Amino acid sequence: MYPPPFEYIAPDTIEEALQIVAQYGDDCKVLSGGMSLIPLMKLRFASPEVIVDINRIQGLDYLNEEGGGLRVGALVRYRTLVRSDLLKQRYQCAADCAPQVADPVVRNRGTLVGSLCHADPQGDWGAVMLAMNGSVIARSAANGDREIPVDQFIVGPFQNSLNPGEIGVEARIPNQGERSFGKYLKLERKVGDFATAGVAVSIGWTGGSISHAGIALTGVGAANIKATSAESVLMGSSLNQGTIEEAARQAASSCDPKSDHRGSGEYKREIVRVFTVRALSAAAGLRAA
Amino acid sequence: MQVKQVSVTVNGETYTTEIEPRLLLTHFIREVLGLTGTHMGCDTTSCGCCTVLLDGLPIKSCTYFAVMADGHEVMTVEGMALASELHPVQQGFHEEHGLQCGFCTPGMMLVSKALLDENPNPTEDEIRWAISGNLCRCTGYQNIVKAVKWAAHKINSEPAAYRR
Repeated sequence: MYPPPFEYIAPDTIEEALQIVAQYGDDCKVLSGGMSLIPLMKLRFASPEVIVDINRIQGLDYLNEEGGGLRVGALVRYRTLVRSDLLKQRYQCAADCAPQVADPVVRNRGTLVGSLCHADPQGDWGAVMLAMNGSVIARSAANGDREIPVDQFIVGPFQNSLNPGEIGVEARIPNQGERSFGKYLKLERKVGDFATAGVAVSIGWTGGSISHAGIALTGVGAANIKATSAESVLMGSSLNQGTIEEAARQAASSCDPKSDHRGSGEYKREIVRVFTVRALSAAAGLRAA
Repeated sequence: MQVKQVSVTVNGETYTTEIEPRLLLTHFIREVLGLTGTHMGCDTTSCGCCTVLLDGLPIKSCTYFAVMADGHEVMTVEGMALASELHPVQQGFHEEHGLQCGFCTPGMMLVSKALLDENPNPTEDEIRWAISGNLCRCTGYQNIVKAVKWAAHKINSEPAAYRR
């Protein structure tokens, strides 16, 4: 339907936004793309008293590699990520995920940082960021910037670890290795649906062996899951049928899927196993070539 | 109750009025401006029949507050036609029978226009991908795709007339 009344403030600078957020605390929510927040407000699952619209703030839409890793400003839309050659060349897991999030119209508005702050367990970007060892930069008027690794940022369903007065201003993804491969496999009932189950894989090689192994899951737990036991099968090793199948088994046993209208728990667990095999097999194909 | 003054340019005309922040852009377009070509469908940001162009890009107007459009430009289906004829996309939907009930059609046509503005020669795959945020319960999408191809051909054969 439509939300109950709220106060709306659209500051022109991040400093103003930070002061407003510090002033109103839990009574306010930050609005960027709105593709998760506004639907919740229309269903009245969320009724913030104050909305701080950050879309007018200049200089938050940067996408670059300053400092050696990828830096994604808070107002970078999925649309930009889909079209980014930089992502396709060097941050493949993210590039593979971008066109699979929601639908093209939603992708004109939705933002990566906003999605991470929203922390939906069925959010695709949480898995990508966990697989790529990404982080979020939180800024406050009182304390400046702090960098929060994603596995400490998303702490539960729809729960992030921002302190009162903080706004997520940037997402960072480190360089994945001198040679890297990334994939995001998402099973959805139709275009635009949430994932029945999703697997994000990012592998980096230095010299002949794997120096970075990231495997993370969507929609099969209370939050996105980093499949650390699967990752440790691969670290320092190589991709072969044995390691791939063992990593896939570990990934499947790492998840805790619920049976619902998208499928049974066993079905989703099997999807995780199959997708992990497929993604790692694709990575092995690249390395062999 | 807070009201905000907004100035929104819709189909080339600027409207300045006071509205509640919670007023959805779809309701602003339909009820404040009386332009009922933009439809309300699923209410869950899924179906796309509320699609309008915001500064040339398709958005789902049901998931956007009208106050956010202050200072921006909106195109609805009522603004698609050219001075003396329908837009080639509209002509294509007529020529290729790209609609039955017509409920999804305004959104489909606006998304198609935005696609052709960015990519004048889309493949069938690119068309289907571009409309994948808009649901149609009647046509099975086949004639919608044909309509967009017809429009692309028309625009490309007379670019001076239709590129704007």
